[in-house]
Amino acid sequence: MQYSEKVMEHFNNPQNVGTLDENDPNVGVGTYGSPACGDVMKLYIKVENDAIVDVKFKTFGCGSAIASSSLLTEKIKGKTLEEAMEISNKAISEELNLPAIKKHCSVMAEEALKSAIEDIQKKRQS
Amino acid sequence: MKLPVYMDYSATTPVDPAVLEEMLPYFSDQFGNAASIHHKFGTEAGMAVSKARQQVANLIGAEAKEIIFTSGATESNNIAIKGVAERYGDKGKHIITCVTEHKAILDTCKYLEQKGYEVTYLGVDTNGMLDLQELKDAIRSDTILISLMAANNEVGVLHPVKEIGEIAREKGVFFHCDATQAVGKIPIDVNEMKIDLLSLSAHKIYGPKGVGALYARDKNPRVRPTAVLHGGGHEKGMRSGTLNSPGIVGLGKACEICQEVMAEESARLKKLSDKLIDEILGTIEFAKLNGDRQHRLPNVVNLGFAYVEGETLMMFMPELAVSSGSACTSATLGASYVLQAMGVKDDEIHGSLRFSIGRFTTEEEIDFAVECIEKSVHKARALSPLYDDAIQGKCCKYGKCCDHGHGCVDDE
Repeated sequence: MQYSEKVMEHFNNPQNVGTLDENDPNVGVGTYGSPACGDVMKLYIKVENDAIVDVKFKTFGCGSAIASSSLLTEKIKGKTLEEAMEISNKAISEELNLPAIKKHCSVMAEEALKSAIEDIQKKRQS
Repeated sequence: MKLPVYMDYSATTPVDPAVLEEMLPYFSDQFGNAASIHHKFGTEAGMAVSKARQQVANLIGAEAKEIIFTSGATESNNIAIKGVAERYGDKGKHIITCVTEHKAILDTCKYLEQKGYEVTYLGVDTNGMLDLQELKDAIRSDTILISLMAANNEVGVLHPVKEIGEIAREKGVFFHCDATQAVGKIPIDVNEMKIDLLSLSAHKIYGPKGVGALYARDKNPRVRPTAVLHGGGHEKGMRSGTLNSPGIVGLGKACEICQEVMAEESARLKKLSDKLIDEILGTIEFAKLNGDRQHRLPNVVNLGFAYVEGETLMMFMPELAVSSGSACTSATLGASYVLQAMGVKDDEIHGSLRFSIGRFTTEEEIDFAVECIEKSVHKARALSPLYDDAIQGKCCKYGKCCDHGHGCVDDE
């Protein structure tokens, strides 16, 4: 697969890889995808005063899935939840110049983020 | 050691320098058309083609007149299947093949299904092996052809060709064998194995791309597929088109070299692939060999690495050129149908890599490959949430394929 330089940059040096404590009330966890389909992203966000102060991810998937995950974490770090929600898969796929056949990887990143935000909102309500 | 290390010999091989040398004059000085039998240019080319025909025949225990030159194994497979179907269609319209065959077989059979033929696709077990009883049971009074490969291109598993040949002969059904991956690596003898049609390709055996051959038995029984390409009546009318004399000379030489070195070369390659398998299975947890350990080509190793994805593995080791069964590396995003047929789970297929070695592979390269693979799997697992779950003993709690997932090429 011919990838853009930006994809290779993130793939070779992925940002914010790791996990956060799932039991921390300020940490939201989101997962998206399935092993059978070839990509799974698990995203952890730590939220203080409505702002994402820390973020980590783990991704099972191809090169573009890992690059999309890494870029997403860079984009949302320091943002408020509202700002983060506005980041679309399109922005990620355009910035990485993903091949058409790999665009679903950016969708995975967006969906994992939505799922993590839902998780933190649920935690806060309870 | 030259980098990257090439371990994709099942995809294609470099032309052996001795083969190239043999071919070169036929591009320039001896450029004649082998069909121009009335002048020196033509007869020179014609003689070279005759010699090559004999060299190909020798490698598979055939006679020179039973060899038809083609553009490669895909064409040979097309002539064998479509040509037999058309010629003997009035005897019956049933063909037997297997789900793990190459696409050149499967797609040709699908095409014939649209034309009113019936095809039985035999399954395989988890090792990729055929059940001969299933084959026997599938043969009907209207079966005209059995097409089964000698060795699988993805996992290297061997089919029991001799036994298949015996069953086919006993039932009076033609047996076509796609031996593209097997020729030059394991002994193939069309008489001993009762093969009636056989496909082979030059570029898998250190010859040039764009040339191959079809063996079609001349007697006991005689099989005459109809032509796919019509034109000047070359190759006894079975394959028209000016003969690719440099390519054919290359194929002949490649076959001759294989015949000379096969026993020694295959023993050496088997040692190297055993080493690769043993070291990987010995050092990397959750790694497994796909395909039967005993009945396999000496040079093809398909390994599955759970919890990681094949493209990522390959991208983490650009110094190693291999192939993946993962959906993510194919243009269609379809996971390997061969591994699926063997019952390998989809998520394990994604982490499968094929290592195929050959004439120029060294032990140093195997050592280097093992190092690369270990590092790459380690790096990919450090990123994988599935691996975390596995080592923590958590069970899988992920959903189904996403709506925007594979198969959905245009998701905007």
